[in-house]
Amino acid sequence: MNWKRTRALARKEFLHILRDPRSLAMALALPLVMILLFGYALTLDVDRIPTVVYDADRTPESRELISYFQGSRYFNVLGEAGDYETIEKGIDTDALALALVIPRDYGRDLLSGRGPQIQLLFDGSDSNTASIALGYADGILQSFGAAIRTRMQDAAGGSRRWARLDARLRVLYNSELKSKNYLVPGLIALVLMIIGALMTSLTLSREWEMGTMEQLLSTPLRPAEIALGKMSAYFVLGVVDMLLTIAAGVAIFRVPMRGSYVFLIATGCLFLIGSLFWGILISAMTRSQLFAYQLAMLTSFLPAFLLSGFVFAIENMPVPVQITTYLFPTRYFITVLKDIFLRGSGMEAASLEVLLLAAYALMVFLVVVKRLEQKVA
Amino acid sequence: MWGRIWEIVRKEFYQTFRDPRSRALLFGPPLLQLIIFGYAVNMDVDHARTAWLDMDRTPQSRELLAAFELSRYFRITAIARNDREIQDLMDRGSIHVAVRVLPGFARDIANGEAAPVQILVDGTNSNTAAIISGYATRAVAVYESAIASDPQTAPIVSSPAEGGGPAPAVIRAPRAQSRVWFNPDLKSRDYFVPGVIVNIIALVTIMLTAMSIVREKEIGTMEQLMVTPIRPLELILGKLLPFAIAGVLEMVLVVAAAILIFETPLRGSIPALLGGTMLFLFSTLGVGLFLSTISATQQQAMMSSFLFFLPAILLSGFAFPIRNMPVPVQYLTYLNPLRYFMQIVRNLFLKGVGITALSQEMIALALFGAAVLGLSAVRFRRKLD
Repeated sequence: MNWKRTRALARKEFLHILRDPRSLAMALALPLVMILLFGYALTLDVDRIPTVVYDADRTPESRELISYFQGSRYFNVLGEAGDYETIEKGIDTDALALALVIPRDYGRDLLSGRGPQIQLLFDGSDSNTASIALGYADGILQSFGAAIRTRMQDAAGGSRRWARLDARLRVLYNSELKSKNYLVPGLIALVLMIIGALMTSLTLSREWEMGTMEQLLSTPLRPAEIALGKMSAYFVLGVVDMLLTIAAGVAIFRVPMRGSYVFLIATGCLFLIGSLFWGILISAMTRSQLFAYQLAMLTSFLPAFLLSGFVFAIENMPVPVQITTYLFPTRYFITVLKDIFLRGSGMEAASLEVLLLAAYALMVFLVVVKRLEQKVA
Repeated sequence: MWGRIWEIVRKEFYQTFRDPRSRALLFGPPLLQLIIFGYAVNMDVDHARTAWLDMDRTPQSRELLAAFELSRYFRITAIARNDREIQDLMDRGSIHVAVRVLPGFARDIANGEAAPVQILVDGTNSNTAAIISGYATRAVAVYESAIASDPQTAPIVSSPAEGGGPAPAVIRAPRAQSRVWFNPDLKSRDYFVPGVIVNIIALVTIMLTAMSIVREKEIGTMEQLMVTPIRPLELILGKLLPFAIAGVLEMVLVVAAAILIFETPLRGSIPALLGGTMLFLFSTLGVGLFLSTISATQQQAMMSSFLFFLPAILLSGFAFPIRNMPVPVQYLTYLNPLRYFMQIVRNLFLKGVGITALSQEMIALALFGAAVLGLSAVRFRRKLD
């Protein structure tokens, strides 16, 4: 291992990047675009569900029920429908997601204690919105029922009481239930993966494609020196991107950061080094950039996006897929990220994950060196 | 002219299909993506891990436990003895939800006081938390209506109510009969798999077009093409046609795989789906061509494709509903071809709507495709001269 030679190659790579201001600008713009999207535009939070009411009863009782829906911030009552056809058309054209149907005898049944039926029609094609809306609608009906019962009790002069439960819901760690609070931390992993594995995967394959790889191999550079020299420039780029993402997330989008910054950045660097070596490995194995890109996409970005718990919870996946997620380092890194940001856990709680990330980086490095040695021979 | 175009098309096909590896390259990754995506993209919540802390220890509190156990949405994985244990389980992430039945639960039910139950939900994943909260409210409601109609707890003797008539013995809250259209089991897979198809077709066609055209520039063969008698427009057509054909083939492959592997119902018409695909390909090939005109290296082409593709897919309504976005962003999505294709594919798969309900999206795609393709072709030509 010769530091001078490594530095020389690193310098060449730095110049490559600096001479290509377009790529540099894109690499810096990417985290900002992503954080802007996730912090501002994208949310899984369901509110203002477009709703119509089909009130066939038209009594004070039915209007009271409707007012409960109108008063909820989760539903946006757009108006009234006179028949099922209007509802059907609204749902078909995506103008509606929910219809509340109140039958003719609703008011009478309610007053006589017969437990009136109402109907809720959901557009289930977006199953996630539908299941959340279902829960909210149930909650409204429950509080409506409780209010009616209390009123009846008062009317009965307080002498009679009905059994009722008082369910108090409390949400821990992310009490406003903002999806950005759990998406933005994971974003750091995604950005590092794009810089780390996707960009570097093209570096050596480019040298192959252009025919300069032979020249590189005929220099006295050793495999470990090639790997380190090639990645150093991208490492700096990745760290800058990580700092940008963290700063924008915390300062602009007010994502709660409850843990230690030192620990966060240190773990990020560890993950970045592993992804960089992975990108170099792909690059060393392929001689066409298109193929390198496809391979990097399948083994780094997509698993980072899908098999890591970034948006989609791992425990909901079928067991074989769950086992596959253990093969990709992003899974560990995202666990650590969410723990640091939302739970404020420190080194003790995440030591296993950090250890695995370090082991992964070392292992991939050794494979890269081995692979390049074969090429030289 | 057609002869020359044909030669370019033939060259491209030779290049792509020459060896098994590049053939695999074209069709392998999309299939793999469909499988990974299809299995991973899932927002259903079943069997939420639940801790139970019973501070009352009465038949009533055990009945409530039974109500939770009966619901398929909860799985009681821990019986906690105190609050510390619950806090511990939550911190380690081993439970999603904890139910605390407070002391005096049974007594309050008997006295008609509000009987306290506390439900703690891990909000780290806000989406899961919202769904679990809904299920928990429902489980409590089920138990509540059971005890409200139980003769032991419900009042039997009625006293005169307002208006002098007899008050009802039991008062029941309105019961909702919820009916979910198109996807009665609320399986998120049926919702996401069609979206995944859109993802794959967009990603593959944009990236392939951009990178393979830039490749000719990077390794210098573009110069060779330009000294041949071929004209710029012919070159564009010859370059894009193979990708258009590959795109349609990929669509057929991915749709077939979705139906066979994931049993996603395709309720609409197949010709409409293919027609929409062709319109959509105009847009993606146009974008790919455009990106190739602004990139000098394949790395640049890849990064620019990413900068286009990521916002486009995220703002298409794939996982994040458009109507939840801030209003200015909602307007922005009208400029996104993926939005229209997403609507077409999803509505055809899930709702089985006819072509008339989708005509607006189809027209939008056609307009967008013509504009982008035209602009990029002009730019490409200028760059060549």
